[in-house]
Amino acid sequence: MAYHRVPAVHHVSLDLQCGHCVALLGPNGAGKTTFFKAVVGLVPKETGVIIFGGHGKVGADTDIAYLPQRSVIDWDFPVTARGMVEMGRYMRLGIWRRFGKADAQAVDNALRTIGLNDLAERQISALSGGQQQRAFLARSLAQNAHVFLLDEPFTGLDQTAQNLLGETIRSLAAAGNLVIASHHDLKSVPELFDQVIFLNGELIAFGETGEVFNDENISRTYRTRIFSGVHEHHSGPEKST
Amino acid sequence: MSWLTEPFRHEFMQRALFGCALIGFTNGMLSAFIVLRRLALMADAMAHSLLPGVALALILFGLAPANLFFGALVAALLVGLGVQIISGSSRIKEDTSLGLLFACSFSLGLVLLSLSPARVNVTHYLFGNILGLSDDDLWIIYLISCIVLPLLVAFQRPLLLLMFEPSVAASQGVPVRPLTYMLMGLLVLSMISSLQAVGVVLALGMLIAPAATIYLCSDSFAAMFWGGGIIGMLGSCAGLFVSYWLNLPSGACIVLVLGVIFFAAYLFSPNYGMLSKFLRRHHLHEESLARWRER
Repeated sequence: MAYHRVPAVHHVSLDLQCGHCVALLGPNGAGKTTFFKAVVGLVPKETGVIIFGGHGKVGADTDIAYLPQRSVIDWDFPVTARGMVEMGRYMRLGIWRRFGKADAQAVDNALRTIGLNDLAERQISALSGGQQQRAFLARSLAQNAHVFLLDEPFTGLDQTAQNLLGETIRSLAAAGNLVIASHHDLKSVPELFDQVIFLNGELIAFGETGEVFNDENISRTYRTRIFSGVHEHHSGPEKST
Repeated sequence: MSWLTEPFRHEFMQRALFGCALIGFTNGMLSAFIVLRRLALMADAMAHSLLPGVALALILFGLAPANLFFGALVAALLVGLGVQIISGSSRIKEDTSLGLLFACSFSLGLVLLSLSPARVNVTHYLFGNILGLSDDDLWIIYLISCIVLPLLVAFQRPLLLLMFEPSVAASQGVPVRPLTYMLMGLLVLSMISSLQAVGVVLALGMLIAPAATIYLCSDSFAAMFWGGGIIGMLGSCAGLFVSYWLNLPSGACIVLVLGVIFFAAYLFSPNYGMLSKFLRRHHLHEESLARWRER
């Protein structure tokens, strides 16, 4: 992926399986958000492929849910938690089909699974930070997503909310979903995630938390790195993978 | 009841009421999107940019409403395109280029109108002339409503996703760019229809007041969507009556009535009104004081 032909994320090759909670680690500007956006098709890839469920993935897909950073959402938007979860169903309905019983059922189930049914009628700004994140997870569940890409879901949450959200994403993974979350707090990585991706422009390391989450990979990922505009590995025109 | 029916003995009032109801409803429904997508400045600029198109059409092709309609449409498209080109090709940001082009095109419109060979009353285009609606005007207003309303209703779900968060919407498969262009197109169309009622200067009032009112009263997008239409329609008709009874300019009365409704919501809305906010704060203070005394 590249912005104005300057590569932002390149040389990333991963094989991710469902049923895992994966941390995406890297310093600011490492391309974590860009990586997510490329997976859901918001940023065009210069080269490379994403194989999903045995076939090449083109464009958007309701199987993959993207949850942006909390700061980009307008929380004053006139919608309740339930209304937000209902939005997860909209693209399945298309334009003309009515929002039916099966849809309402799916919304109820999603709210119950995430534990928000008591707060469903609250306007979304009246939810706490952790509840807002979980409402978004419920929306993705109602969408029938299996892959959850969470952009810094733990930022700004207190310890209790963090534990609760951690519990929620682990139970989502245990139910056979794939959760990938960008994360900043290195201390909490071992307790929250079972796999880790180290990213800093390119893939530094990927594997089970017990194997790759060590000082060596952390210092390789978080060292200061300035991109001069000239690629180290290629002498030809810049191209990113 | 004669005070209510008396105005309708005049044919121009019947036409005006029909026009007001349609324009008010269409603009009111669209206003939900303007308010939530924060397009107020954009909408204002586009409304002003209709003027040179109207003026040029007037000079070249004469006073027929269809000519003015196409002139306005072309002008709005050109200014919209110009904004994108200037902000995309230089370091000038979008709001700056918007402001600049809107002032220039509005001035150009005024100059062109003064050069027009036909004797036209400039104030009709600046502040509206709903009492002078012709059959052709009514047809244009009706056709525009027939395009705008069904499209808004049909696409309300993907539009809602787009309003809420464009990147999430795109990841769900919402065609963000085509929908945005459609919304802009509908905005231009309904502005052209409100040109007759309130003119280019006041068009923004009809395009934001209805939804802004509901935004202070409800947490439901559907309420904002449909309620905006209803408030727009009722407010516009009420404004028309006020202007008839008090013999005041109709466009200004329409916008003022919508403004009064907005300020009533701002003060007295049970959810987000100033009064209830004040009372709630007082209430909370009393509660915490009581708790403190109990200790």
